[in-house]
Amino acid sequence: MYNEFSKGIFKENPIFIILLGLCPTLAVSTQVVNALGMGAGVIFVLLGSEIFVALLKDFIPERVRIPSFVVIIASFVTIVDLVMQAYAPSLSRNLGVFVQLIVVNCIILGRAEAFASKRKLGESVLDALGMGVGFTLGLLLISAIREILGAGTITLVAVGGFGGVIRIPGLSSQPARVLALAPGALLVIGFLKALFNWLEMRRKARVAWAPEERQAAGVPAAGVPASAGTPAAGPVPSATGGVS
Amino acid sequence: MSYIGIIITFVFINNFILTQFLGLCPFIGVSRKTDSAVGMGFAVIFVMSMASLATWAVYRLILVPLNIEYLQTISFILIIAALVQLVEMVILKISPPLYKALGIYLPLITTNCAVLGIALIAVRSEYNAMESFVAGIAAGFGFLLAIVVMSAIRERLDKEWVPKPFRGVPIAFITAGLMALAFMAFDKALLKNLLG
Repeated sequence: MYNEFSKGIFKENPIFIILLGLCPTLAVSTQVVNALGMGAGVIFVLLGSEIFVALLKDFIPERVRIPSFVVIIASFVTIVDLVMQAYAPSLSRNLGVFVQLIVVNCIILGRAEAFASKRKLGESVLDALGMGVGFTLGLLLISAIREILGAGTITLVAVGGFGGVIRIPGLSSQPARVLALAPGALLVIGFLKALFNWLEMRRKARVAWAPEERQAAGVPAAGVPASAGTPAAGPVPSATGGVS
Repeated sequence: MSYIGIIITFVFINNFILTQFLGLCPFIGVSRKTDSAVGMGFAVIFVMSMASLATWAVYRLILVPLNIEYLQTISFILIIAALVQLVEMVILKISPPLYKALGIYLPLITTNCAVLGIALIAVRSEYNAMESFVAGIAAGFGFLLAIVVMSAIRERLDKEWVPKPFRGVPIAFITAGLMALAFMAFDKALLKNLLG
């Protein structure tokens, strides 16, 4: 059960692993507060539409399911848009047209089609929460990098005496402004994706040298069978060869 | 704004992919080969121009008179989906070769945020029918320009040595970032200098 939730955050993170929903990610990732707002909107829409799709899946004819899913999603997007205009007007102005564009965010239709239309309600709720939180964390990471390096600030919600903007000494006077501009978004996600690829490759190289595979590959097993936790301790030369 | 101004704005200054990040999925997904990039680009121009005109008509002639502007997200996405279906059927009937060239890209376009993006932006900018149509075509050309340049670069990149973790998508993003840097040369000042 927990797995349905956690897979969206790590193993199938929508932004970094399956590369869905990039348009809103990059465009609104100039400030941390935008990422929070966008993340909240996406979690709400994802949750609402997965619940509705899971409940209605037996009543929707197979042939019109995609248009029906789109209408369900668009209704929730409209709710988010109107609520945001009413209660967070400045956030709504910052996010602009991208609130309404949540409707074409491939994550939501993708999860509705691939998950909620086949599974039970409870699993769909967990899946929606996991994917939504994974999306928000990815967005937060990108916008934090862009804002800290590109403007030297961290913009959060203003509460009471706290003005909402944290200045980072040394960086806010001479930021690498290009990261806050449009090209910065593409560069940051390119390097982050490369980082995740590298981590994945390292993990795979380690798994590939677990004892059984090592025998299958014809490599003589080291005297003591390596424990599952530290399989990389085996024949090091070839394992590191795979990594570099 | 004059039509020239709209064209320059949407092709260069507010290039949909490189400054607005609309339509990134097909931009990364379909830019491996130049010929498929060209096909996708023309399909997008076609659908975007039709969609901006159709959504303008529905917004001004139905939603505004009835005071139900808040339904724009729902109605626009349905119009675009229906329009793409219609375009697909019409092309299949009229010109099978064209269908062969564009057919596989059309379903992808329904979920392309650029199409819904131009419809919403045209409404927000309060363009009239002709301006919306021109904006749709111009934004489509901006997409075509970016995706064709990108595919040419990626074809060259395939022959070069790239560090393993960067192969595929990451290097494509970094390339796009460098292209976006180049496109920063086009800004509002350029428009002022050109049009006075």
